[in-house]
Amino acid sequence: MNIQPRPRLDMILEELERISEPAEMQAISESLREFFRVDHLVYHWVSAAGEQYGCGTYDRAWAQHYIEQDYMRIDPVIKGCYQRFHPVDWKQLDWSSKATQAFLKEAMSYGLGNQGYSIPLRGPNGQFALFTVNHRCDDDAWAAFTEEHRRELILCAHYFNQKALEFEPDRAPAMARQLSPREVDALTLLALGYGRSQVADTLSISEHTLRVYIESARFKLGAINTIHAVARALSQGLIVISTSAPSGAVSDPLTHRAAD
Amino acid sequence: MLRYIYGSDLDQHERLAHSMFRDRACQFRDRLGWDVTVDQNGHERDEYDDLNPLYVIWEGPDGLHHGSMRFLPTTGRTMINEHFTEILGGGTIVSPLIWECTRFCLAQGAESRIAAALMLGGGELMRHFGVAHFAGVFDARMVRIYRMIGSSPEVLGSQGKGLERISVGLWEFTEDARRQVSRRAKVSPELSELWFQRSFGLTDERVPEIA
Repeated sequence: MNIQPRPRLDMILEELERISEPAEMQAISESLREFFRVDHLVYHWVSAAGEQYGCGTYDRAWAQHYIEQDYMRIDPVIKGCYQRFHPVDWKQLDWSSKATQAFLKEAMSYGLGNQGYSIPLRGPNGQFALFTVNHRCDDDAWAAFTEEHRRELILCAHYFNQKALEFEPDRAPAMARQLSPREVDALTLLALGYGRSQVADTLSISEHTLRVYIESARFKLGAINTIHAVARALSQGLIVISTSAPSGAVSDPLTHRAAD
Repeated sequence: MLRYIYGSDLDQHERLAHSMFRDRACQFRDRLGWDVTVDQNGHERDEYDDLNPLYVIWEGPDGLHHGSMRFLPTTGRTMINEHFTEILGGGTIVSPLIWECTRFCLAQGAESRIAAALMLGGGELMRHFGVAHFAGVFDARMVRIYRMIGSSPEVLGSQGKGLERISVGLWEFTEDARRQVSRRAKVSPELSELWFQRSFGLTDERVPEIA
């Protein structure tokens, strides 16, 4: 039984944000594996030129063997995710050929599980990567797992890839992930302690619209939930609240839109 | 039946794809009078069709396109973020959990239930792929159609007047909405699920069990 306390996802993502060396991504992948409680978690990058880079918890001998054998050619996960943008359950893939069956059998002999879930990622200049969780369990347990964690996995996958892209030597300057005025409004009111319905009322938008702004802001901030997003926006100075301000200060976030 | 086809796979469905792009020319250029590009094949295509979007298409018993729409994740290039940020008060919508839905198209004379079936297909994408919201661009004439099929978007903002009015809107998909759209589409949730699985290969137990 694993009796270690489960790590917190927001803390892992803070750590991911902080690291400054590609080699440090390994430790993050291990923490994420702990969080999701799966056998393996792997990040696999393929450049447009076919160069591979990766980190994660697969047996190193398997990773090395995979590259030596050039298994990328037959790996159904690569083939099945390459021109896709939806998360792919390995059961959706075609494992029927003799070569892929042998490949899977070999992978399992290196400790891979029978279940997999991969999120395709795309960066500039044809960059392609996969973020994969792998586990040994039955189909029902796996369906329940992916159902429960799907959105967290998708977000983690994208944050992981963004970090990897930062380490590219001659990458183009990062696309500005600027918060929109409406996202700033929404986060500012949340930071002031307003509930969602109050925020929606104050901004004269529905709660559905508010959820979209929060969703988009959360992603731009690399956050896992709303509280995390507000904390990040505050710490990066993207929203400013004055704790001593009178309640009238609430109108501040709204008035700046008129000035735009 | 509903089909889910990525742009890169359209060449395996030549007749269906051809009729879709022709119907788009008919709807967006001829009927709505939009300033769109139609190529020598009579296909209405734009730059977003080149980004390998995911199409949800109703294929009739004749093997032809009867209705469709197009999806792209907002983490990449989208029409909203490249052309309509003013409508949003000067900002972009970016998240892997928000997909853009554009080019909602119905073939001329398409049965009314097909629009609802397409919405049902959109709902399947949300349920299966963790998508939380769709954002889309539509014009005034579509508002009535969306209302008719019981899937009205929530408008984030608009520009222009009358029939020229262009809006950015949002859809979400609750279980209630699913049942309602399913009834209007005359497609049971079970059948919809089957079509979805057929497109994405979820039905077969193709991962061999290794004891």
